[in-house]
Amino acid sequence: MSVVGTTAPSADPWDNTSDDPTRRAPLVLGAADYASVTEKVAELAERRRPPRAWYIAFGVSLALTGLLGAMILYLFTTGVGVWGLNSPVGWAFDIINFVFWVGIGHAGTLISAILFLFRQSWRTGINRFAEAMTIFAVICAGLFPAIHVGRVWLIYWVFPLPNQMQVWPNFRSPLLWDVFAVSTYFTVSLLFWYMGMIPDLATLRDRATSRVRQRVYGLFAMGWRGSNRHWQNYERVYLILAALATPLVLSVHSVVSFDFAVSMVPGWHTTIFPPYFVAGAIFCGFAMVLLLAVPARQWFGLEALITLRHLENMNKIMLATGMIIGYAYFIEFFIAWYGGNVYEHFAFVNRALGPYAWSYWIMVTCNVIAPQLFWSKRIRTSPWVAWGICVFINVGMWFERFVIIVTSLSRDYLPGSWGAYKPTWVELCTLLGSFGLFFTLFLLFVRFVPMVAMAEVKAVLPQADAHASPNEPERRATGTLAVEKA
Amino acid sequence: MMDPSPVAASTERRALWGVLAEFDTPAALARAAREVRDLGYTRWDCYSPFPVHGLDRAMGLADTRLPWVVLGAGITGAAAAIGMQGWMNAVDYPLIISGKPMFSLPASIPIAFEMTVLFSAIAAFLAMFAFNRLPQLYHPTFQSERFRRVTNDRFFLAVEAADPRFDAQGTETLLRRLGSAHVEWLED
Repeated sequence: MSVVGTTAPSADPWDNTSDDPTRRAPLVLGAADYASVTEKVAELAERRRPPRAWYIAFGVSLALTGLLGAMILYLFTTGVGVWGLNSPVGWAFDIINFVFWVGIGHAGTLISAILFLFRQSWRTGINRFAEAMTIFAVICAGLFPAIHVGRVWLIYWVFPLPNQMQVWPNFRSPLLWDVFAVSTYFTVSLLFWYMGMIPDLATLRDRATSRVRQRVYGLFAMGWRGSNRHWQNYERVYLILAALATPLVLSVHSVVSFDFAVSMVPGWHTTIFPPYFVAGAIFCGFAMVLLLAVPARQWFGLEALITLRHLENMNKIMLATGMIIGYAYFIEFFIAWYGGNVYEHFAFVNRALGPYAWSYWIMVTCNVIAPQLFWSKRIRTSPWVAWGICVFINVGMWFERFVIIVTSLSRDYLPGSWGAYKPTWVELCTLLGSFGLFFTLFLLFVRFVPMVAMAEVKAVLPQADAHASPNEPERRATGTLAVEKA
Repeated sequence: MMDPSPVAASTERRALWGVLAEFDTPAALARAAREVRDLGYTRWDCYSPFPVHGLDRAMGLADTRLPWVVLGAGITGAAAAIGMQGWMNAVDYPLIISGKPMFSLPASIPIAFEMTVLFSAIAAFLAMFAFNRLPQLYHPTFQSERFRRVTNDRFFLAVEAADPRFDAQGTETLLRRLGSAHVEWLED
């Protein structure tokens, strides 16, 4: 039966993390068939009252969104002086938050597009809400560059629109590349998310018990009827969108890193930035996916669809990307020494030992040391412990951007122009408020939209294999439920 | 019957759209599709809650030409991006920035890439609807109460009356022989 030297199959039917290569781990647990998947997921969007935890979370999030609105109003009516920005630190919380939120989004695209191209069928349990997370994170991200410009009523100058001065934007500036990269990223993510949802919206339409629900879901389902002639084009477009989103997601954070790397500031002007930024984005994005997935699967009883194996796989990706981050930190220091440039050398010594050393060591502790706990399988498969580590990772990645931006700007070439930066309460409340906006949107999403891609999960069930012949029951049983085999 | 209801009278005048057969499993649907294909039917379709692997071939569908639309849009996006940057910064309002050339290809690549992706993605998305003739909020299959389960757990095959080989009785018998437990006639 069991092969020597492999993990023994666990007796727990909800543990599908066995690495026994002779048995394919099931992707969906419980006595799953098509109807039970539909029932489980659609019921969540149909229930009259969500759990009490939802109301509490929504109330808090909505209040924080209100705080965000108030802070933005205060900013607009008074001016950017309400923030702690100064010369030389002209970028701080605004751009830190922008980079942080854009980075969060990247894991959603990685799960939906890159894992799709690699035929990682476990992605089907988590891709829908990871994609939703991407869209909401990019909304939060887009907010910050828009409000930080000072004269916010002229924000349309970033777009190449005809204007009364008859001048065009400077296309050789990475800041303009950013406008194109982030708006393309948002658009493509939204199209991908919506298209993936059409078959599931049709399911909600067909299950609707009220006329209003039938109409609304029916309108968004576009008359989808599961036709195979439609599926043919649909699947091809899905593949094309995945193939387009994959280089796109790598380009977006690369372009964000160009905002720094193309400038001449010591600590910014390095070629390692694009890959280092992309790895960091995926790292903290996965942490955010887990941060959302662990409570969601518990509150909504989705343990059969978002299994321990999903969580463990994500923890492994965080371990790997965390190691890349650690390596990047090391290489930055090595090059600062090996490159022989005194300013570069100073910038890095200043990061680790200067006035902002505390932020540097928070970053290292959270991003390099904390994820090392994921070497332990016990920790990888304990959802709430992993959740705690993910909080650390998100804090660490926020501080990474703080370190990069604030330490570099506050002390560059000329000691005479050095300065210090301290956030005001307005900046802190704006950051807090952006979390409120993010969670408000996410909670609305889990309330009204199927949060697991039902059609995709059904397609990876063992019984969905049309080639299986009824004469070969053992073939059909491949990868079936651990419950049955145990 | 004393007084024929207006509903019954109106349905009487409606033409037959086709027959709809229900199957339990994707394998049964694929088997039926192969037979229907081999008998030379042309105006028919399969319906399933998820894309069934191998059903395109079982139905004998030709490969979709949709990717060509996306390729065209991608090339358009790249050309538009390069053209826009060159024209705006070097021709219409030349901008001198740090003594750099008015137009340089490397500096134009990031935006050219983004616009290639943007145009391609929007084209792919719209082409999916155009090729599938969606949105189509009404379809004869929606009359069937049982067809509501096509987005849940049931598999269907419908042959349209417009098919030259269609024969209501004969087609129904065929679909029953292919393993459908439930066949119904649908009006247009």
